Parts: sequence; C-alpha cells; structure tokens
Amino acid sequence: MQALVIVAHGSHLNPDSSTPTYDHADTIREVGAFDEVRTGFWKEEPSIREVLRTVEADEVYVVPLFISEGYFTEQVIPRELRLDGWDVADWDSDGLSASHVTLTASDVPEKTVHYCGPVGTHEAMTDVIVRRAETVTRDPNVGDGFGLAVVGHGTERNENSAKAIEYHADRIRQMDRFDEVQALYMDEDPEVDDVTDYFESEDVVVVPLFVADGFHTQEDIPEDMGLTDDYRTGYDVPTVVDGHRIWYAGAVGTEGLMADVVLERAADAGADIGDALTVVRERTRKTPQEAN
Amino acid sequence: MGHHIDALVDAASEDGVALDGLRVTHEDDGYRLETPEATRDGLSAADLADTLGDYDDYATNWYFWTNVVGESSPQRRAFLRWVEGADEHAVPERYDALRDGIRREWGQLLVTVTVDDHGERSYDLRHVDDGDHDTSALDEYHEPLAARQLATYDENGRYRPLKTGANLAGGWVFPELDGRDLVETVGTFYPASVPNWYREREGTLDVEHWEDTIGRQTGMYSVVETWNRGDGHEHVDWVAEACCDDSQCVKRREWQYNDETDLDVDGGDGAFPCREPCSLVIAASRKWTRLEGEETRTYEFELTPSEKEQVEDIIEAVADGRVDDIREADVYEGANRYRTRFLRAKLFDDDGNLCGVPTDDE
Repeated sequence: MQALVIVAHGSHLNPDSSTPTYDHADTIREVGAFDEVRTGFWKEEPSIREVLRTVEADEVYVVPLFISEGYFTEQVIPRELRLDGWDVADWDSDGLSASHVTLTASDVPEKTVHYCGPVGTHEAMTDVIVRRAETVTRDPNVGDGFGLAVVGHGTERNENSAKAIEYHADRIRQMDRFDEVQALYMDEDPEVDDVTDYFESEDVVVVPLFVADGFHTQEDIPEDMGLTDDYRTGYDVPTVVDGHRIWYAGAVGTEGLMADVVLERAADAGADIGDALTVVRERTRKTPQEAN
Repeated sequence: MGHHIDALVDAASEDGVALDGLRVTHEDDGYRLETPEATRDGLSAADLADTLGDYDDYATNWYFWTNVVGESSPQRRAFLRWVEGADEHAVPERYDALRDGIRREWGQLLVTVTVDDHGERSYDLRHVDDGDHDTSALDEYHEPLAARQLATYDENGRYRPLKTGANLAGGWVFPELDGRDLVETVGTFYPASVPNWYREREGTLDVEHWEDTIGRQTGMYSVVETWNRGDGHEHVDWVAEACCDDSQCVKRREWQYNDETDLDVDGGDGAFPCREPCSLVIAASRKWTRLEGEETRTYEFELTPSEKEQVEDIIEAVADGRVDDIREADVYEGANRYRTRFLRAKLFDDDGNLCGVPTDDE
C-alpha cells in the first residue's frame, strides 16, 4: 500500500489558505493512484506533527505544497514529521534541485517515508504557470502578443525564493511562446508595482508564484499594480493600467494542474502512479480547447 | 444458510474461532461449539452449521468483526468496537441494544450504531445537539469528505481555525455510514483523534509537555521560550484556562508544564486526548509572551461602582462568547450594546482613552 501526504502551511485566519491543498488532494484521490491521500498542515489539522499516524499504508510519499526550498522544507517539516537522521545535505540541492530522500520517521517506525522537494521548484511547475495564463485569458494558445510576469516574494526572507521565480521565468522564455517574460518581486527590484514599465506588449499576464490566495495575492499585489485602490471593491480581468491590459491570475497554486506537480514529485521518489499524470493533465484543463 | 455461517464453519475447520464468547474448535470427535449459554460437542460440519443457526447473533457478530471490519487497521477496529461497547457487553444484550441503536459521543459528534438481521452495522453520525431531531429535518450527507466543509465554519458562518473547537455547527446528518466511512468522517471532523485515542488506550500516547513543545519551536515562535522563568508555571495555567477548557476545545488536555509539574488547571473530560500544545496555543502564546514582557503601571481611573462592575461584565461576556446572546434592549446586562456605547460616550476622550487617561506618559 502506498499513501500520498500533502503538507502545506494553512492558516488560523483565512479559510481559503488550505483550499488548494484539499482541491489537489481530491483530484489525486479521484484518479486512484494512491491507496490513501492525506493532508497535513502547519497551522491547521491534522498538524504535520500528527499526520503520519493518520496513514495506514506502509510506503508514504510526503510532498510539501511550498514554493521554494527553505525554512519550512528544510527545518520545520522534517522536524515535525520526526524524520530520523534528516540532514538537508542529503537533498544535495543547489536551492532548486531537491528531489527526495527516503527515511523512517520515529512517529511511525514501521513505515517508509519518502520526503520530497517542494512543488514550486519542480520543472513541471513551469507548465502550471503557463496553464494558469491559459485559464485566466480563457485562451489555450495564449502567448502571441502577450507578455508574462512571474511574481514572487523576493529574497528578503529566503534567497531560494527568487531562484525559483528566475528558474521558471527562464524556462518559459525558452519556450518562445510569449513575446516577453519577466520575473518580478514584491519587495525588491524589479518590483511588481512597476509592472507596466517592464513590458512593451499591450497584454500582460501576471502570475504570482504563491501556493494559496491570501493577503499577498488578493490585497497587496492587486493594489500595488494599480488594478484597484481598494482590494475589497475587486477588479476586472483584464484591467487597463497605463495602456496595458493586465490579466491578473491570482495564486498559481489554485490552478488545477498543480495536482500534476504533486504527482510528479511522488513519482520521482518512486511512487507507482500508473497513467495518473496523463489523466490529471486533461481533467484539470479549463480552457475552451478541451472543454467538455 | 447464510454465508456468514459457511465462512464460520470454514474458519472453524482451520484454526478454530474465538470471539466475544463464541468458541468453535475442531476436535477429534468433530466440532465443539461453546457460548456462555451452552456447549455442544461432536458435531459434524452440517450439524455445526445447523446449530449455529440457533446462535445467529454470535455468528453474525463473528462475521462482522472478522470479515467486514477485519484486522487491517487496529485503530479503526478498536474505535468501532468502542462505539458499540463490544468489550463490555455480551453478544445477546449487545444485540438487543444494537437493534434499538447504541449511542456514543465523540466531542460534539453523536454516533448511533444499529444492526440489521445479517449483523451488518450501520452508523448514523450527527451533531450531539441534533440527537433527537428527525433525520428528515437535517441535511443529509454520505461522503466522508463532506465533513470538511461542515467543519470549516461555525453556525454564524465564521471560520473555525481549530477543528476541535467547541463550536461545531449542527443541522446535518450522515445517516448510514459503514464502519470504514464512519472512521473517515470522524477523522475529517476531528483529525487524528482516533489514532491518538487508540495510542492512549494502548499506553503509547506520546504526550509532549509545554516545556518540550515550546523548546522545539524555531523562527518566529522561538521567542515563547523566553516567557518561561524558572519553575513558575502560572502563565501556562492561564494559557490552558484561556484556550484548552472544555468550553473551548473538546480534546482532553493531557500535556502539563513538564514531566514533573502538572498545571493547576483541569484537563477536561473530552473523549480523546490532546497530546501537545497546538499551533493555536503557540501562536497565541507568542502574542502573550510579548504582552507579558511589559511592566505594570499604576493608572488612576474614576468609575462608579456600577461602572467597575460593568467593565467586569463586558470582559466576562467576551470571554464566554456571550456577546451575541445579549438582547438588544436588555439594558440590565452590563455587556449590552447600548450600555456599552453609553459607557464609551461618557468615559472615553476623542482618542479612545478610558477616562481621558493616556496609555503612555506624555
């Protein structure tokens, strides 16, 4: 028996924080690739501390629904899971390349725990950003005549956060699909506030590399970009700012295709998931091309 | 002849059968059947099957626990047996009770288990306050994961950050769950409650006390450790009284100050244990650590005796979550909105200072 455990931050204040985690867990549960699919949270329940004891299977794949390698993936989650002999060096990562380690956990010593790198740094995440652009523009072929901005926190708290943004921006640039691709940040240059300064294209899709919608993606970024003076009054998609149509996508983590990245992480760690990847890629598509 | 009897005869011919007072063994002179009521020896397989027909409740009980529930999840099995009191009550009296329905409370959940003529159990799960309501008056659900949404908001539509908070909304029912789905649904309302309860029963619950839990915090929560000073634990008593009381959380607090020092506050009567300070307690304690770092000062306020009592009434009403229960025109309640607005109009200056006394020296 094999189980998937998705661990995420969660919130004491915002019920939407855990929504993407539950949605992706449900998507994966429906394709039947795992005998069990469980979720665990830093701020909600079951806590990461207790999630492993809710699992029956003896092979457990733990995938962090986090954007970058750092404090949570390297310290908090391994500590709370009680991974025996965890050493971040075992990931042998340059800040982007953590794949998985196989350990035991003292909480459930009879089980094997495959602890995976975060979803945000997986190469499949690039496709989710593009899919998010397709979803928000309702155009499965969006690219021509469009600029794309990938938005992150910046390096203030974690230098790997910017690495992940640059990595995906580069990969999308190499696809040669969008006229322009730019990485932007909330707390450093190039800043998302000045989004229109960085693009010549009239249409710009802005995709924040965040797991869930919350304060940053629903309040800060829309106001900073000038989509609205007050987030509570909402904004149109697209909104015209300084002569550019800004297609603001909201948190990339809410895109259904994120379930694919979770599966990729578990498969990289050795999970047997059959044709689940193909099924999930099609089921999570919302643009007209594949509408059913 | 029921398939449960065929299965039982098969099992008896192999390793024998023993469960809840029923015992069937294969001896040299045939099968031997024992119940607390009777013993029969020297039975052929056909005789055994016939005789078991007279002890059908024993036979279906064996079949349910052996072939339907099984042993694959010891904690699920233990929970389902606890629900119907299988370890305390003999099969005949238990089956009589099951036909009427046996009720168990689990936090704010009420489980009612019934049995049909084949020994199949069916579990009805609802809010304890809805115990006497007709099922037709409640919203019906059948999928365990439907509990996720029901657990997310209280009856006023506000987000519940703590799944075991004592503010689960009612009005719903899962009328006929099987055992597996019952445990899934219970685990969706109260995550990890069954595994922790099971570990406690087995004597292996890993309680982690305040000192250890706070000691392992890093990052923004590492500051809470600085709140501990020497042996005193009054501050943690206040935390437990504020957050962990039965009126606030349905878990039974088992964690103490440390291995040697119990808190002075009762842990409550919850059906399942709380094994360490939760993330809500830690987040709140971070705020208290900062607040409690302040020194006290002497302020001078002039209040009438009734105004002093009114301030106390307001604190009591907020702390007990009674504010919404106080009627709009009930001016006899200190925490009534008009009474409180009057107090503010009279005693606050334009900057919101009580009696015009500034918080900091000017």
